[in-house]
Amino acid sequence: MADYILEARGMVKTFPGVRALDEVDLQLKTGEVHALVGENGAGKSTLMLTLGAIHKPDSGTILIDGRPVSLASPHDANAQGISIVFQELSLVPSLSIAENVFANRQPINRFGMLDRKKLHRDTSDMLKLFELDCLDPSTLVKDLSISNQQVVEILKAMSVNPKVLILDEPTSSLTETEVEQLFVNIKRLKQQRGISFIYISHHLAEVFRIADSVTVLRDGKKVCDAEVKDIDEDFLITNMVGRKIDNMYGVRAPTDAIGDVLFEARNISRGDDFKNVSFSVHRGEIVGLSGLVGAGRTEVGRAIFGAEPIESGELYMDGKPLSIRKPQDAIARRVGYLSEDRKSQGLFLNFSIKANLIANHLSDFTGNTPFIQESKVNEFSRACVKDYRIVSRSVDQELKFLSGGNQQKVLVGAWFGINPRLLIVDEPTRGVDVGAKSEIYALLRNLARQGVGIIMISSDLMEILGVSDRIVVMQSGRIVGQIDGKDATEEKVIAMAAGSLSADGGCEE
Amino acid sequence: MKEWIARVARQREFMIFVIVAVVTVAMTFSSPHFLTTGNILALLLGLSIEAIVVVAMTNLMVSGGFDMSVGSVLAFTSATTATFLRMGMPVVFAVLIGLSFGAIIGLINGFFVAKVGLNPFVTTLSGLSLYRGLTLIITGGQNLAGLPRSFRAIGQPRFFGVQTPIIIALVLIILGDLLLRNSRFFRQFYYIGGNEKAARLSGIRVDRLKMLSYVLTGFFAAVAGVVMTSRLGAASVTAGTGMELRVITAVIIGGASLQGGEGSVLGSFLGILLMGLILNALNLLGVSVYWQTFVVGATLLTAVVIDRLGKLKNEGQLVLPRFRFARKTTE
Repeated sequence: MADYILEARGMVKTFPGVRALDEVDLQLKTGEVHALVGENGAGKSTLMLTLGAIHKPDSGTILIDGRPVSLASPHDANAQGISIVFQELSLVPSLSIAENVFANRQPINRFGMLDRKKLHRDTSDMLKLFELDCLDPSTLVKDLSISNQQVVEILKAMSVNPKVLILDEPTSSLTETEVEQLFVNIKRLKQQRGISFIYISHHLAEVFRIADSVTVLRDGKKVCDAEVKDIDEDFLITNMVGRKIDNMYGVRAPTDAIGDVLFEARNISRGDDFKNVSFSVHRGEIVGLSGLVGAGRTEVGRAIFGAEPIESGELYMDGKPLSIRKPQDAIARRVGYLSEDRKSQGLFLNFSIKANLIANHLSDFTGNTPFIQESKVNEFSRACVKDYRIVSRSVDQELKFLSGGNQQKVLVGAWFGINPRLLIVDEPTRGVDVGAKSEIYALLRNLARQGVGIIMISSDLMEILGVSDRIVVMQSGRIVGQIDGKDATEEKVIAMAAGSLSADGGCEE
Repeated sequence: MKEWIARVARQREFMIFVIVAVVTVAMTFSSPHFLTTGNILALLLGLSIEAIVVVAMTNLMVSGGFDMSVGSVLAFTSATTATFLRMGMPVVFAVLIGLSFGAIIGLINGFFVAKVGLNPFVTTLSGLSLYRGLTLIITGGQNLAGLPRSFRAIGQPRFFGVQTPIIIALVLIILGDLLLRNSRFFRQFYYIGGNEKAARLSGIRVDRLKMLSYVLTGFFAAVAGVVMTSRLGAASVTAGTGMELRVITAVIIGGASLQGGEGSVLGSFLGILLMGLILNALNLLGVSVYWQTFVVGATLLTAVVIDRLGKLKNEGQLVLPRFRFARKTTE
């Protein structure tokens, strides 16, 4: 038995114009969880794809159990015991659990037809592994919760009996409880089956919860590796970003004053989504809206913006009633909403940077004519790119070619562009690098400094604590508490948000 | 300047323009009958009716919509206008009523797509049969001839030797291209086609604009119907049969996609011009007419393949396999 179940030596992979992997080494011990961290574009995905033989490396050796292997296709990688669980769910929603788990390799009977009995029996056996044998293998995947869908995804990867499972950002669409369940599952597979894991993640906190060791990549190079017990979060950030970030969450200058009440929601309600929600935002204040997933934060944000209806209650701006029924009303009254899901709801990925930057305020670029004036658009877009440090080739570059952080900065630029008086930002840094994160926090603080009121909805507790001047906590559609940013601690906010709620089990279906 | 040239060269319109130019030059050398005023006018007149519909279809497809019913709407407005004229109604009213029928049918399509949430293909596919059926019902399957001379003044005169349908089509194309390319109002359709949810959150009145794009398509089909009826001096129950597919083909050749978010009126016009040109060339070269439909299909496939290759090269991206490959279990 070799020391390392999987070892990669001197991996090099170049794409036109980019050296995505530059002499990268990786060592994975048998039965450990090894985290792979780095910013977007650091080479994590490329490394994963070369290990899975989806990319062919330009040079480098992969050793399994100490023996060099050549992996010509994903099929080879599976045969050698490497299996990948992709970030984007690759399941067919309209097929059953069993058919998804054994996609492409369902057992057949001697007539060449599906052997459903065996298919279901095998699937049940695998579900037992996760103590989910209460689920019927013939349940359709679309009827499962996201976390159970993820389990199916893992089972699908497990069905080739891998020695090494690579998990790519597995928690990006999970709630806190579901993340907990995933970690239990990983530990179980590690102990019962001796499977080793490569765990790719953005969330450094997760690294400390689940990983035994870690490798940090930056700009396609390996920066360092370490045992998790020997390091702390600052060490990881410094190595990922390549510089020390002192004030991650931006700084409030002593001159930053919070003004009078700008915006107020009084007793707004809608069915079970939110009930009697009242809170205010002052000029120059960043109000953090916290709570567990499903507490109704996003619903409140979207309702204020007019993207969803409000059944009862009133909104006020400057003490006067504020009537918003549609997003265009909100924009006309200079209320902005930065959506939590930038890819599906915020941005036009096939369009250029400038087309995205002007989307929500086209009329600013027409002068007094019916036509959009290219020169105004270019001037505005170039200023945005410079001010918000959007890394790109030109303002004509299509958005899908930008990193997540830069895409998010474009979205921020578009909403800063309406000169908002009140800006609602929903998960403003989801899927964004540490470096770009701190830049976005600085931009928000800067906007507040000009007297704008900001409502920041976030599931990231550290972000809520770091950025907010005041924190409003929601639970099951109601506001359950408010706390000044200076007095807030992790424990206090969690206690409010969780209240008397108990954690759900994995078998709610 | 150099940057400007590079940008023009990247446009889909440019690619088709080059092909149109190549075909034109080649034909000028291979047939003495090609570059004659008579032939060019005949070519343009032949595609002018569809070119009118192409303008609105481009706008609709940019917004992510789709209309299979344009050919039937054309026949329906043609039949209704002719019926009213034969009843002795003044030309202006008969034409206005015909045009409003087109707009109303568009509104019905738009309502079902935008408000009820039906699939555009299915909605307008039913329209394809519905309005052709209505046409047959009101005409009893008969062609309606004997229309007043004053009505024929729409489509039959010439200015400087050019027939009015050509002039109408060109004016609408130039206007349509200018508006869709540059005006704030019509640019909104690109955002809707690019990402409907994001457009909604950007304060764009998505439902209303989607309905409008169907209304415009119905209206333009009606305009084409009136012009065609006037030109022929009669309403034919089979007018516009199969037109929807030729129009959609032209729009896609011109750079639009079924997902929406891209395309231009100029590109679509070049698309329909290219198709007309190729058919004209085949005629002049004495190729059997049975080849024509085949060539249209080949042109469309070639255009989208070239486009796809260009995009793949641009992105340099690798598409992940949907399923991981695995050893087949043998039982």
